Amino acid sequence: MIRFIIKGLLRDKHRSILPIIIVSIGVMLTVLMHCYITGVMGDTLELTARFSTGHVKVMSRVYAENSDLAPNDLALIDVKELRENIEAQYPDMTWVERIKFGGLVDAPDEFGETYAQGPAMGIAIDIFNEGSGEIDRMNLRESIVRGAIPESPGEVLLSEDFSQNLGVNPGDEVTLISATMYGGMSISNFKVSGTVIFGIPAMDRGAMIADIEDIRLALDMNDATGELLGYFGGGYYEDENAVALSTEFNEKYSSNEDEFSPMMVSMRDQNTFATMIDMADSLAGIIAFVFILIMSTVLWNTGLIGGLRRYGEVGLRLAIGEEKGHIYRSMISESVLIGIVGSVSGTIFGLFFAYLLQTKGIDISGMMEGSTMMMPGIIRARITPEAYYLGFIPGLFSIVLGTLLSGIGIYKRQTAQLFKELDAWGG
Amino acid sequence: MTRLIFLISIIFPLSLAAQFPEGDVIMDKIDKNMSAKSMIHTSKMVIHGKRGDRTIESKSWIVGDEKAFTEYLNPARERGTKMLKLEDKLWLYSPSTDRTIQIAGHMLRQSLMGSDLSYEDMMDDSKLSDHYDATVTGEEQIESRNCWIIEMNATDNTVSYPKRIVWVDKDRNVPLKEELYAKSGKLLKKTELFDVKQVAGKWFPMRIVFNDMLKTGKGTEFVITEIEFDKEIPEVIFSKASLKK
Repeated sequence: MIRFIIKGLLRDKHRSILPIIIVSIGVMLTVLMHCYITGVMGDTLELTARFSTGHVKVMSRVYAENSDLAPNDLALIDVKELRENIEAQYPDMTWVERIKFGGLVDAPDEFGETYAQGPAMGIAIDIFNEGSGEIDRMNLRESIVRGAIPESPGEVLLSEDFSQNLGVNPGDEVTLISATMYGGMSISNFKVSGTVIFGIPAMDRGAMIADIEDIRLALDMNDATGELLGYFGGGYYEDENAVALSTEFNEKYSSNEDEFSPMMVSMRDQNTFATMIDMADSLAGIIAFVFILIMSTVLWNTGLIGGLRRYGEVGLRLAIGEEKGHIYRSMISESVLIGIVGSVSGTIFGLFFAYLLQTKGIDISGMMEGSTMMMPGIIRARITPEAYYLGFIPGLFSIVLGTLLSGIGIYKRQTAQLFKELDAWGG
Repeated sequence: MTRLIFLISIIFPLSLAAQFPEGDVIMDKIDKNMSAKSMIHTSKMVIHGKRGDRTIESKSWIVGDEKAFTEYLNPARERGTKMLKLEDKLWLYSPSTDRTIQIAGHMLRQSLMGSDLSYEDMMDDSKLSDHYDATVTGEEQIESRNCWIIEMNATDNTVSYPKRIVWVDKDRNVPLKEELYAKSGKLLKKTELFDVKQVAGKWFPMRIVFNDMLKTGKGTEFVITEIEFDKEIPEVIFSKASLKK
């Protein structure tokens, strides 16, 4: 039976080619759109995670309350031991230490006196340990405008705008005036190894990127860190896992009695990200749902048209004695086959284009100039497990549903009437 | 009877106001008591932080309200750091970097060595009467001393605190408590002054507790261990060259 239907479909191209093309296009667009929306939403969150929040972040309880101020006097201490414990307990995750610091960057003239100065927003990362992955995570190589990434202790990166304002070039020395972890004055000299543009105005105004060991020395933060950031092995934020992980960690390590005890917060629980994460999830769901609905309507219509177009053929088959139920079932089987073939090919094409968009991306950095939002300069699609079956909803079910409805008409046709119709066609 | 009530209602507030002296007169007396031609003092600054206390020792040479030089003596990390104030300019010298850095603009409002004092607070030795109008608004006892409560409002934009409320010892013309406000009316800092001693004819608080209301710390104590007034100070101290010496 199936073989017969397949032969029929192959031999009568009108019955197969057009519906399969329509189903394929619809499914491909559904899959591609789903991957694109998930990718854009996810990338925006990932950018924030890489620069600021991590997928989870460990801080002291009191630091967490004032985290916007980056209060290093409230930083975590005995970090080496804490990190060893965390790494042993959660080996699938990557853990990195970060220190955010504020201060004044002062550029000297030839006599060593102040030539220019400006407020700096600094991030200390593990630059020299390649295993930390911080250079890639912060996208430093691609962000370099002049000079190079620090190669030895005492070297820092400045944002390009900041260095221009200070009149500083790679190779020049600057002084950071800040406060130590214990509130003392910290004055340290650094050599500018290069300048960077992140495309994030808030950071491009006055960013300083330094190695964490240099800043530990400058701010008297031996075995201390402001933040310990955790990233999931898959590279993407997993909301449920992050929340569960935080709860488990806090039960074990955190104490209400000790305001300096470590506390883990998921990305969801930092700033206003809960709303953003929920919005990303629901927006992707809503857009995908609307798109699926539209595609379903189009493909249902294709099924209906297919059924109606074959009005004459059905009449002839009835006239020569074929059972109504048999005709109905064979049409449904055909539409199932068309739906499967269309959905499979549509999904393959959709995934192919989504893969291209995931690996190559679309450069929108030109449109982001002057933006105050933390948005990625290149938007990429993201292939999720759902993308492999999502297209079958409009592709298979809609066309079958269309055929089911159009086929009902078969049962309403009377044998006596059929011969009149045949006469009329025979004319 | 109505006439009597009317007379009392007019005379009573006038009689209350008459009990208070002129605010500007009190302010002049404070300036006279607290200001000196020159001052040399050694002090300890105890910063009460969340993680414990930290003590910084320093020695300062001050001439009028325009020149000041401070050298930090302890702890080791701060030793040798020097500050020079000439009029409205402030330079900082750090021996570890061998740099002379000018502190200017909004940086002057930053915390001095992590304390509850800002660089501006440390620089401000000007006479109150040069920048404020004063009104006596009441009286109160502080630590069994009778005090006038004086509200001071700035007459120019150069001051860090547009409004001050000062509790002044009636007999010794020394402030015992002070509240410093922003233009918006927000309370920025509170100071309490203790251990008032007479030195060279002046009543001077030897211990001042500063509380920055915008910080979460437990305040900063500024304790004067030695003080001398009107001593001759060599002019060479107040030069940028002396920062590196």
